[in-house]
Amino acid sequence: MCLAIPGKVEQITEGDVRMGRVNFGGVVKNVCLDYVPEVCVGDYTIVHVGFALSKIDEKTALETLELFEKMGALEEELATEDEVFARAANLPQSPCPDGSCDLIGQSLSAEDTARIGGKK
Amino acid sequence: MAEQVRAENAGTPDFSNWSCPLPLADYPTIVMGHGGGGKLGNELVEHLFLPAFRNPALENLGDAAIFDLAPGRIAMSTDSFVVQPIFFPGGSIGELAVNGTVNDLAVSGADPKFLSASFILEEGFPLAQLAAVVRAMADAAATAGVRIVTGDTKVVERGHGDGCYINTAGVGVLRPGIDVGPHRAQVGDVILVSGTIGDHGMAIMSVREGLEFESQIRSDCAALNGIIANVLDAVGNDVHAMRDPTRGGLSSTLNEIASSSNVGIEIDETIMPVRTEVQSACELLGLDPVYVANEGKAVFFVAPAAADRVLAVLRAHPLGREAAKIGQVTAQHPKMLVARTSMGANRVIAPQIGEQLPRIC
Amino acid sequence: MKYLTEFRNGEIAQRMAREIHQITTRPWRIMEVCGGQTHSIIRNGIDQMLPAGIDMIHGPGCPVCVTPLSLIDKALAIASQPGVIFCSFGDMLRVPGTDRDLFQVKGSGGDVRVVYSPLDAVELAARNPGKQVVFFGVGFETTAPANAMSVHLAKRRGLKNFSVLVSHVLVPPAIEAIMNSPDNKVQAFLAAGHVCSVMGYWEYPQITERYQIPIVVTGFEPLDLLDGIRRAVIQLEKGQYHVENAYERIVTYAGNLPAQQLLSEVFEVADRAWRGIGVIPKSGWRLSAPYREFDAEDRFQISGIHTQESPLCKSGDVLRGAIKPAECPAFGKECTPRHPLGATMVSSEGACAAYFNYGRFLSADDLAHAGAALTGVANG
Repeated sequence: MCLAIPGKVEQITEGDVRMGRVNFGGVVKNVCLDYVPEVCVGDYTIVHVGFALSKIDEKTALETLELFEKMGALEEELATEDEVFARAANLPQSPCPDGSCDLIGQSLSAEDTARIGGKK
Repeated sequence: MAEQVRAENAGTPDFSNWSCPLPLADYPTIVMGHGGGGKLGNELVEHLFLPAFRNPALENLGDAAIFDLAPGRIAMSTDSFVVQPIFFPGGSIGELAVNGTVNDLAVSGADPKFLSASFILEEGFPLAQLAAVVRAMADAAATAGVRIVTGDTKVVERGHGDGCYINTAGVGVLRPGIDVGPHRAQVGDVILVSGTIGDHGMAIMSVREGLEFESQIRSDCAALNGIIANVLDAVGNDVHAMRDPTRGGLSSTLNEIASSSNVGIEIDETIMPVRTEVQSACELLGLDPVYVANEGKAVFFVAPAAADRVLAVLRAHPLGREAAKIGQVTAQHPKMLVARTSMGANRVIAPQIGEQLPRIC
Repeated sequence: MKYLTEFRNGEIAQRMAREIHQITTRPWRIMEVCGGQTHSIIRNGIDQMLPAGIDMIHGPGCPVCVTPLSLIDKALAIASQPGVIFCSFGDMLRVPGTDRDLFQVKGSGGDVRVVYSPLDAVELAARNPGKQVVFFGVGFETTAPANAMSVHLAKRRGLKNFSVLVSHVLVPPAIEAIMNSPDNKVQAFLAAGHVCSVMGYWEYPQITERYQIPIVVTGFEPLDLLDGIRRAVIQLEKGQYHVENAYERIVTYAGNLPAQQLLSEVFEVADRAWRGIGVIPKSGWRLSAPYREFDAEDRFQISGIHTQESPLCKSGDVLRGAIKPAECPAFGKECTPRHPLGATMVSSEGACAAYFNYGRFLSADDLAHAGAALTGVANG
C-alpha cells in the first residue's frame, strides 16, 4: 500500500475534475488534484495511483533533512550516553503539533467520522 | 506520437509504377494475397523489400541466398520480434529485428555478415507502416554493416497476428582465437556495462496503454558489433564473457552467467549507470531498472588487468560514453548475484519470474 | 528526484543507524505495518543496519496479501466472462486463486488489463459502452480516495457498465487485532505514512492509550524508516507510549479532509475477512447504499466458488508477525516466487517474497560479508 512519489505541479486544468500535469524527475503524468485544492503550480505533491494526496511542505522537508544531517555528525565520540539520548530525544510531544486538529469537527460531522471508522 | 507520424508520412511507397491489375494504391493495407507467393507477393518484394535492402545476393531472388564468407568458424543466431507498439520512442520493430540478431552474433565473438528477414503480417496492416519498418531495417543494416539477403512474407487473417511479427536469422564469422562464453567467467573478473540501463524497456512502457507517461526516454536500440570489435581488438581473450542484457534486464544476464560459470557476482548499485528519467519512471511504476530490458548495451566480464583498458575503449566509442565498471566475480555465494545498496547493505538480486509488473504497493 | 533521493543518502543513513545503536540498551520488537515499508526495509537492508536487539516484525499491511481467497476466486470468475474488461493494478496479476491466477485467465482469452490508476478503468468504460468494465479495488486507506473518486465519477457520468470489486481494509483495526492476539510480541508500531497522509493520525492516540504502545507515523525512504525506528526506540527505552509524526512533510494530524469527505460519502465501514487472519470487525469499507449499484459482487452474483487454501501455507502467521518467512517450513521449498502457495510470496511487498527475492535465506553473516569483492572496483 503506498507507492506514492513526489512530483512538481507544472500546469493545472480546472474542469469536471481538477487535473494537473505533474513532473516526477523528468517524467510527466496527468494527475487528479481534486483532493489537494491548496496545491498550486510550482508546488510539490505526493501522488499515488494518479491522485495527489498531500502537498509536500517544502520548509518541513528541508528542516527534516537538516536534522538528519546533524545526527551523529557532531562530537559523537565525545558525547556521553545521556547527551546522545537527550539530543536524539528532542522532539515535539504535543498530540497535535501543527494545530490542524482544530479543523476536525468543522468539516466532518460526528456521523461521517463514525461512518468511516473513526471512534471519536 | 512522432514516430507514428514519421511512419505514416515518410514511408508511403510510390505506387505509380506498380503494375498490379488491382492498383495497390486502392489497397493501402496488407491483404491475404500478399502472402500467397503470387503477383501481389512479388509486388511487395519488387517495390518494397528490394529497393530497401538492395544487394546482389538478394536481387537474385532465388530460393536461397548464395554468398561467400571469409574462412573460419561460423556463428548463427535467430530471433523473433513481436514488440507492441510497433513504433516507440527511439525506434521500431525494424531496428530491433536487425540489431537484435547482429548483437547476438557480436557478443558471441563473431563478425555479423548476412541476415534473413521473415515477416508474418496481419491482414489490414498498413503498407505505409510496413514501408517505414523496412526502411528502418535497411538503415540499421547499413549502420551495422550487414546485408539482408533472403526473406519471406506470410499473411495471417485479421485478428490472428499483432500487425507485424519479424524473425531474423544471421550468420557471422567467428573471430579467430576468441573464446567467449557464459561459462567462462572467472573469479576476479571485473564486470563492465557499456552504458545506461533500462532505457528500452521504459521507452516501451511510456507508450503502453494504461501506463503511458510523457518523457524524453528513448530506446537505446543499436548495433554493438562495432564497439565490441574495438574491445576485442584491444584486449582479445582477456574478455571472458559478453552478453547483451535484453529481456529480463541486467539481472537476467548476470544471473545466467553466474549460473553457467558457477561463480558469485557482486555489483555496486551506487555506480550503476541509469538515466535520471529512467530512474524516475521506474519509481513511478514501482519497477527496478535492473530488470528492465535494454537493446543497445553489452556487459563484459574481463580479466582484472585489462579492465581499465576496456573501460577506455568503451568510452571512446559513441555507444559507450557512459560505460562503467559495476562489479566483480567472486568465489563467494556461487550462482548468486548480490548488490551493495546505497545504504551500504547488501541485497540479493534474484532472477525475475516472468514480466516485471507495475505495482501500487 | 527531489524530495525522494535526498532521503536515501547512505552516509546519513549510516550515522542514523549508529545513533540507534547508541541508544538501544535492550531488545525491542517493532512492527512496521505497511508492506511498502517492509519492502523498503528488506530491499535496502535497513534491518541489517540495526542493532541485533531490534527485531523488525513485518505487519499485514499488504492489501494484496490480505485479500480473501474467495474474493480472488470471484475476480477470476468475473474476468473469465466474455464481454468483461477486467482492470487491475499490476500487483494482483500473479496472486494465486484456488487453481489459477489473473495472468492465466488472460492467457486463456480473458480481457485482463493492467492500469496505473482507477481513472484509466473509468475511461475504458466510457470508451467501451458494449463491455462491462470491472476494476479490482484493492487497497488500504491510501488507495481508497482514488477508488472512491472513480466510482463517484462513474456515477456522475451515468456509466452503466462500470463496477468495482471492493477489497478495502483499514489499518487501525488491524493494529488492534494484532495487539489483541494472544501470542502478540509487538511492542511498538511504525504507522503507514501514506495511509496517514489521507486519514491523519487522530485515530491513534486511543490505541497508544489502550495498549500502552508507542506509534510513530513513518515514511518509506531509508532515512524516514530509520528516523521512525529511532523515535520508537527512544520511547521504548524511556517507557513512553504516545503517537509521534516522523513524516511531517506529508502527514498532518487531521489528514486530507476533502478525501475523507468523499470517502465518507462513497464507503461505509463493514466487517472484513483478512486472508490468513480471519474476520476483523469493522475493519474494511464497502460501497455505501447510494453507490451500491457499482459493486461488482452484487452485479455479477458469482456463486459456486470452492475455495481451497494450501494446507502448507503459513501466510497468516507471517502477516500477524508470529513467524518470519524463513521460519515457514515451506519457504524456499514448496513455496517460491515461481510456485507461490500464498499471497505473501507472490506480492512484491509480501514479506515472504521480499525475504526470498532479497536473499534472506543467505545467513546474515554471509550477506553482510558479501560486499567484500567490491572494494577493488572503482571507475576512472
